[in-house]
Order: sequence, then C-alpha cells, then structure tokens
Amino acid sequence: MPRRKKAVVVTFGGGARDEETFAPEGQENIPGMLSVLIPQSTFYTQVVNHGILGHYVATASLATGVYETFDNFAAVPPHDPTVFEYFRKGLGRPATDAWVVAPSNGFNRIGESDHRGYGEGLGAGVILPKHLLRAAMPAAAGSDYGHLLRDNYEDPYYTPELAGNEVQLQQLDQILRLSVGDFTQHALTLSSPDELSVYIARQLMRELAPSLLWITLHDIDIAHSGAYSLYIDGIRRSDRLCVQIWNTIQAEPEYRDCTTMFILPDFGRDADGDAGGNGFQHHRTGDALSRTTWMMVLGPGVRQGVAVDRPVDSLDLVPTLGSLLGFPAPLAQGKLLTEVL
Amino acid sequence: MRPADASAESFASYPPQARSFAVQHLAVIQKLPPAFAALLMKQVIQFDWLFPAERKDLEDQFAYLESLAPANLEQSMRGFALSSSSPSLSKVDWVRRPGEFVEAFTADLWSGHQMDSFRATAEAYTAAWRKAFPESEPPAPRLAVVVLGRDLRADGYPLFRKLAPHGVRIAQVDGNGAWARILEVAAARAGKTPVPHGHWYIDGGSPPFSIDARLSAVTWMQLAPVRTAMLSRMQTVIASGHGGPEELRTLMAETTLKEVGMAADARDEVLSRFQLSVLAEGSGTQIFSTTFVQWTAREALRRAQPCTLLLRYAPRQRQLPMNELLAGTGDRNAPDPQGSLIDADMGAYYTWIDQRRLTGAEQATFVAWSEAHGQAVVVGPNAPRGTTTENAMTMRQVFEQFV
Repeated sequence: MPRRKKAVVVTFGGGARDEETFAPEGQENIPGMLSVLIPQSTFYTQVVNHGILGHYVATASLATGVYETFDNFAAVPPHDPTVFEYFRKGLGRPATDAWVVAPSNGFNRIGESDHRGYGEGLGAGVILPKHLLRAAMPAAAGSDYGHLLRDNYEDPYYTPELAGNEVQLQQLDQILRLSVGDFTQHALTLSSPDELSVYIARQLMRELAPSLLWITLHDIDIAHSGAYSLYIDGIRRSDRLCVQIWNTIQAEPEYRDCTTMFILPDFGRDADGDAGGNGFQHHRTGDALSRTTWMMVLGPGVRQGVAVDRPVDSLDLVPTLGSLLGFPAPLAQGKLLTEVL
Repeated sequence: MRPADASAESFASYPPQARSFAVQHLAVIQKLPPAFAALLMKQVIQFDWLFPAERKDLEDQFAYLESLAPANLEQSMRGFALSSSSPSLSKVDWVRRPGEFVEAFTADLWSGHQMDSFRATAEAYTAAWRKAFPESEPPAPRLAVVVLGRDLRADGYPLFRKLAPHGVRIAQVDGNGAWARILEVAAARAGKTPVPHGHWYIDGGSPPFSIDARLSAVTWMQLAPVRTAMLSRMQTVIASGHGGPEELRTLMAETTLKEVGMAADARDEVLSRFQLSVLAEGSGTQIFSTTFVQWTAREALRRAQPCTLLLRYAPRQRQLPMNELLAGTGDRNAPDPQGSLIDADMGAYYTWIDQRRLTGAEQATFVAWSEAHGQAVVVGPNAPRGTTTENAMTMRQVFEQFV
C-alpha cells in the first residue's frame, strides 16, 4: 500500500540576511545547508514577503497564505484558515496528524484560525517547548535551564513570563511519551531554545509521525539585542539543526522517502545601507533586503541542485503544500510553486 | 484635532523654545496632513534639547515648506495624506503626543500595506527639501577612531574584513603610546574647532584615562545607575503581567531625567537627554555594552553630526536568559571577550557607514584599531584602498601617514 505523503516545514522566526547566509561572505555560517541540503534541493533565491514584518504575524501569514494584519504582539489566532485546517478538513485527518512546534512568544494561537468555516477543532496541536520545560523543571532549577528559556528578542520590552501548567505535563506524558525526569535530564544537554524545539519535534516524529509538521526556530532573533556575534551563532545553530531535522526524516521509517521538507526564513533583516534601520539588528525599514529571503525544498520527486531565480511570494507556500499533499486551500492567495510539484 | 484647527494654545504644553518655534511656524503647520504634522512635531517638541545640527535641519525644513507656493505644498504633501481607518490613531493627539501618533500611524501603514508607498513619498520629499536647502559642510574634516579595547580577543578571527577593502590595513600597530596619541589628536581637534557637541568620546566600560573636558563623553559605567533604574522600570511593567510592548515603549519614552536619577547634572541637559534617549529608545543598549557603544555612536553621528568621534569597545557580558539580562546584574556577569570582538568589528563597520552618510564624506577619515591584536585599518582620502602595510607602525606614524 503506498504510504501517505508528509511535509515538514521549518521557518526561522528571526530572519537571516543573504550576506550572513548564502552570499559568498556568509557561506561559512551555513556549512550544513551548503554541503548537505542545497545539493539535494530546489532552491528559490528570491522569496518576497509583502506583509507585516513581525515574526508571529508573518509566520501566521506563511501558514494561512494570506497576509494577516493583526497586532504582532497580540495573542490572537490568524483570521484566515491555516494550512493545518485545510489539511485536516480536506483530507479528513485526525488532530494527531498536524503539529506545530513553536517559540512561546505569541505562537500559541498559530495552529488554528478563528475563521467561521474552519477554526475550532480543525487545527494543529501546538507545542511550546519552553512552556513544556517550565512545567517540567524542578522548582529550584532555574539557573540550570535558563539558557533554554530565552524568549522574545523582537522588542527588549516584551518578555512575557513563561507559564507551565498541567496541560504541558499531559503533552509530555501522553503525546511525547517522555517522563518528566528523562525530559529535564535531556534538556540539560542542550544549549538553546531551538535545540529544545528540535528535540521535541524529533520526539513527535517518533511517537506520532504527523503528516504535517511545522517547526519555527527563533534563536536568530537575538539579533534584536544588537550583538552581531550572537546573531551569527543563531544562524550557525539553525544551519546545524536543519541538517539534523533532515537526517531525522531520513532515519525515521515513517518519513523516509515520502516526506518533502521546506526551509525558509519568515523574512530578511534591514540592509546595512538603509539609513532608517541599523543593519542586521532589526527588520523595520521594509526595504528590499528585509522583505526578500530564500526557500529550499527537498524530498522525493523534487529536482536536486536546481536554483529558481524568479521572485516568488511568501504566500505561495500554502497552495503548494495543498497541491503536494492533495488538499484544497481555497482562501489562500499564493500561487503554486510548479518547480517542486 | 486637525492641523487646520491648531492654534498657539495647542502648543501650550511644549517646552519654551519648542512652543515658540511651533507658534512661529503655525501658518504652515495648519496646512499639513496630520501624519506629516505629527512627524515634524515629534522633533519640534524636543527643540529645547536638540543638538545645533538638528535645530538647523528643522529650521531649514520649515523654511523649505514655507517657501513653497500653496499648490506645490499641496502636491508635495499629497502622498502623506494617506487615509487611515485605525481607531487607535483617531484617539491620539498628534500635537501633545506626536511620538505616540507616529507609532500608531506606522502600525497602520504596515497593516494597510501602505509602507512601501509611504517610504517612496518620504524619500522624494527628503530629496526635494535637501536639494533646496543642502546640508552644511563640516567645520573640519571629520575623523572617527574606533578602538577595540585590549580585552577583546579571539584567536584566528579575521578582523576588519568589511572595512579593509575600503582603505589600508596595517598589520602591526605598536600599542605603546597609541592611546596618548589618539587622545592628543582628539583634544587638539576640539581645541581647534570648538563647536558645541562637535567632538565625542564614547566608552563601553570605564575609561582607563581622563577625558578632555571639551569632548562630549558618554560611558557605559557612568550610566550604570541610569541603566539599573531603566531596567527596573521595565521589570515593573513586565512583572505586572499586563505590559505589552506599546505600554512599555510609552513608559520608556516618557521617562524623565529625574526618574532615573539624572536631574542633578544640569550642566549639559542636551547631553543628558541624549544619554537617556540612547537607553530608552535603543534596543539592547541597556544590556550589552557593545550594542551601547554602536548605537550611541550611530545616534551621535545622526543627530549631532560631530567632527570628531572616538569610541572604545570593552567586553560585554555573556548571553543569559532575557529575563536575567533585564534584571540589571550585567556588570557582575562574566564577560565574553570573543563575542565582544566580533560585535565591535561589525560595530566599527557600521560607524564607518554612519559617518559616510554625513556631509564631507569624501574628506572624512575613519580609523579602527584592535589593541589586543595590534591591527588597524584606515579609510580616508590619504589611505590607499585595498592595500596592506606589513611594516610595524606607531599610532603617531599611522596618523601622520594616513590621516
């Protein structure tokens, strides 16, 4: 019996610029993508985001295929149906088949829209690893785990308190099949929130093998603090983690040979030359560099080592996922990326 | 209130010079669209504490607007008269709270997908008024010296990669007497061209020497109590559980000198307010000393347009969870010499870019020197592009030959 197709989407919430990634001077920061992933992928060199350049609202736009316009810092669901709702409704899939692993700053509502025709009960499960860790960690162990609980960098004034509760502990036990002890012990071996996210994602893949998995990495967003070295560290870590996710796809029988992986930053960051910004630190000017990024697509049937230079839109992801997995996305506004279908 | 309805009384809450300036230009303010009026008032309301270069910019801009025939003014403002449906915008008073109005307006531009057209309009307007009122040349060729302090060190790190193609790389700089020479040059320039806030010293730690009183000095350690007070204000709102970024930003923007213990130093209120703005408006300036130096330099260049700028980077604290960083214990945390070097290298590059945005860029000279690594780069009219000098040089020789 032919196996069901799967898709794993990895976004960087905390855009990375070309000059620190795929431009010649940036390539030293992405050895994994260059040597392992690019040769196997169709690579879109210009993915343009025409929407609001805030991480939650932009990621929500990627997930709905519509430029959402809500307040980036508000804990609200997307207003248009998400790809998870299209997927589950269109294919009649259970809740266990679509998951989001996301940083905690606002992303807890990204799995499900408030759209009347979709919405409640049709979305993806959302796991916020930092909340999970906060719930599981021993009461007096703050300093041991602090490096994994780093939160929002987009605004130095926005650092919501992390909450952890019974729901998170249930996720740990019933979904991820992890004991509190094993989880907290393993967390001690990790060095950043994104490593924690990938650890959780891999556990999800092993336990539930969801057909649609969305992982949002966020370490790169330390750039907002203005420390260039930490921004570069974030890029290098994301590079390593993307390879790790791809290797997991190849290693897990449920995923191998039937999974397409999409990797894309949500947008870029300001150009050094734009007087309205401060270079890599922010993404506030709306200049071309802050709007333009890239995407790589890998998997069975995807042409390898191909670069597509025509500009495509961030919104094109959802209809492309729909076409790939076989569900309609009637309200999504993007166009099909025919090169990978 | 629409700008057309503004009167002299509308500006009653402004500081004295700002009020007088606004009233003097009331006729043209009344003809502006609200968003543009708010953008101007955001600067005018600060008039009493603006640097001379900023005051001149504002005066020139109003002179330009007042020089336009009514039809030309209307045409030049057309792109700024964007429609807005935001309820939050209509609630904000563009006269008394122009900053808040501009923030709400910006959010509106983003959500209405009008940011790109607004950018284009603003760029066209700036080009037009700058053509009519060109910026002044500096009273002396500008000089910026960026020192990556002795504790910033990383083995094998390729220093000055972005700067070197634009000037001369000096492979061996003798550190003996180097600081003395740099300070001597800065003091001499301040003496020769004594313009207010025309010569600056910015330090990412505590200066290891005395600073000439003619330099406008801003240092990380001197502002430690202010940083602590600022972080404490931020923590209060965060801990309250209902402080979104808007509330916090407003709180920070409205912070007074007195609230952060700066009221006692009234000798140079313009500089005190500048320091406060660096900590209140900069992202990361309260946390990382490397960010503090880079952002302070950027703002000093943008606002004061100095002839001389001298920076010293010192090690920043290591990265910690954001909540711990905001707790304000940074000066007691372990330093990160390697990361700080990389930050400072990029910071030096950004300072060069910022210096080049000012008038007199062709005559300006930029020097970056790593104390620990004994390397330097000079960019300027006397520094041949893309070259390297392998000979050991003293700082005196560097200045004599390339500056």
